[in-house]
Amino acid sequence: MELADIINPNNLVYEKPKLLTENTMHYCPGCSHGVIHRLLAEVIEDMGIQDKTIGVSPVGCAVFAYNYLEIDWQEAAHGRAPAVATGISRTNPNKVVFTYQGDGDLASIGTAEIMHACNRGENMVVIFVNNGIYGMTGGQMAPTTLLGQVTATTPNGRDAGRNGYPLRITELIAQLPGTSYVTRQSVHTPATIRKCKKAIAKAFQAAIDKKGTSFVEVVSTCNMNWKMTPVKANEWMVENMFPFYVPGDLKDSSKNDPESYTPLKN
Amino acid sequence: MGELRLMKGNEVIAEAAIRCGCDGYFGYPITPQSEVMETLMDREPWNETGMVVLQAESEIASIHMVHGAAGSGKKVLTSSSSPGISLMAEGISYLAGAELPCLIVNVQRGGPGLGTIQPSQADYWQSTKGGGHGDYRLIVLAPSSVQEMNDFVELGFQLAFKYRNPAMILTDGVIGQMMEKVVLADYIPRLTDEEINEKYGSWVTNGRKHNRQRNIITSLEMDSVRMENNNLRLQKKYARMEEEDVLFEEILCEDAEYLLVAFGSSARICQKAVDQAREKGIKVGLLRPITLFPFPQKPIAKLAKQVKGMLVVEMNAGQMVEDVKLAAGCAIPVVHFGRMGGIIPSPGEVVEALEQKLIGG
Ligand SMILES: Cc1ncc(C[n+]2csc(CCOP(=O)(O)OP(=O)(O)O)c2C)c(N)n1
Repeated sequence: MELADIINPNNLVYEKPKLLTENTMHYCPGCSHGVIHRLLAEVIEDMGIQDKTIGVSPVGCAVFAYNYLEIDWQEAAHGRAPAVATGISRTNPNKVVFTYQGDGDLASIGTAEIMHACNRGENMVVIFVNNGIYGMTGGQMAPTTLLGQVTATTPNGRDAGRNGYPLRITELIAQLPGTSYVTRQSVHTPATIRKCKKAIAKAFQAAIDKKGTSFVEVVSTCNMNWKMTPVKANEWMVENMFPFYVPGDLKDSSKNDPESYTPLKN
Repeated sequence: MGELRLMKGNEVIAEAAIRCGCDGYFGYPITPQSEVMETLMDREPWNETGMVVLQAESEIASIHMVHGAAGSGKKVLTSSSSPGISLMAEGISYLAGAELPCLIVNVQRGGPGLGTIQPSQADYWQSTKGGGHGDYRLIVLAPSSVQEMNDFVELGFQLAFKYRNPAMILTDGVIGQMMEKVVLADYIPRLTDEEINEKYGSWVTNGRKHNRQRNIITSLEMDSVRMENNNLRLQKKYARMEEEDVLFEEILCEDAEYLLVAFGSSARICQKAVDQAREKGIKVGLLRPITLFPFPQKPIAKLAKQVKGMLVVEMNAGQMVEDVKLAAGCAIPVVHFGRMGGIIPSPGEVVEALEQKLIGG
């Protein structure tokens, strides 16, 4: 069979979402950011909300997220995306606002901002990409780095006595009354990618319905800084990250406790 | 004519914000400016004009909330006092870098550190020379009365939007806490989303419209040639402010042989000092910079050719005096008199300093 027979419009089962720009992504091959961007593009496109969605990109590898999705974007200072998103969403209550943050951004320098935005129940979506490490600055320890994990600043492995314990920030977030949907996903297989897309869509729907904050953690790989091939990184993630960062829904107020959340008064 | 009231400076900031069509206030309490948010919360402007008022978890969060709202073309402000403004320095640098308009009110208190809750003017350098990182400038307005606290809210927004740059009202605990009569402005309606799109559609992020490209607000640029170009554009903007928007007041300067230079509450004290000195036969005038940036270089340079010396009175260890020296050149003495730590100098002390440091010396 010729290549042209295979790459043929009739055989097309999966198209590039129109919302993804033509820009070549700067992410390392094997990185999860690209897949998650694509899912965001698909969800926003499917929901037809591109004209009223504003993204807030982080400091970290995804700092340039605004180069890849054809929507309005603001870039925030390190950790402050939830505050920036609060400012946008409070003064534009009919728009859909989301932040896109790494674990260093969200769970380290920005812990105060994420806790309080979620606790106030800001109507917004948080996409939290947890790759257990600081990607952009060269692979230092993050709050989410596992015990024993080797990073640039824990060259002999993270030691609880010296470096403290890994932080399950999503479990904390799920406790907050302002959040309506808190879930932990991954994008390492076609099946988990599909599940993750559903979770993102649900999160956006909750924001549109003004149900408060929706929080989607995506447990991810950083094969470059983990110093592994993409395939090995995925295996390492399943073996080491999943037992500690257990995938699944942590809170879904549409199912079990719709009364737990009092909507924001603007 | 607007409504006449007796109000505190801090209360007036809140009232003026509501009346000038403000879309949002994000803040965190600190003395001596807590009445700004307290007044807003009491007035409940969300019922009246739709203005959002939010008590943030910190000054860091409040300035970044301002960043988000300002990026969507809204008219937003925050207020704080010295230690809080230090926390906001990160956000202010980002706002300047992203070229976003907003209003920041600093009701100064004594520092450094936690300092005192008494008034001070020791944040002059921080406000006019940076405070955050990078080459940037704020538009800095220094009111010396409760009336000006009112007037500078709308003026601050006008200048902020004219230049797409953060503006600051730099005041202190004297003016913030003082009660005076004030003529309030008439209400201006908030802009609708359509009006925002019409005016600022080329840059705001409030949802990509069919008739415009998506907008991106960022202060990031990895290419250093392009980053230098951004900086050159900013510098051009600051130069334009110096050409077009310098504000100052001259009191009894026509025949002056000596000049007092002072801003804000110090300028009020100096007004009295001018009267006292003139009663003694000393011909002294007062130049009051109203915009601390852009700084009134030219009028000071002009007066430097007329007077024998200048005394710069500030409630700090000597900050604005450096700018006055630069403007005046080396031909005449320019000296500083100041009290610190929340102590307010008396008019008599100013006259004494004038006699000892300039006339006698
Ligand atoms: C105030 C401040 N401190 C530090 C940095 C440097 N910095 C850039 S990215 C980053 C860590 C990002 O890690 P993470 O949020 O996990 O995202 P990733 O790069 O892994 O996607 C740091 C510390 C910065 N830009 N600003």
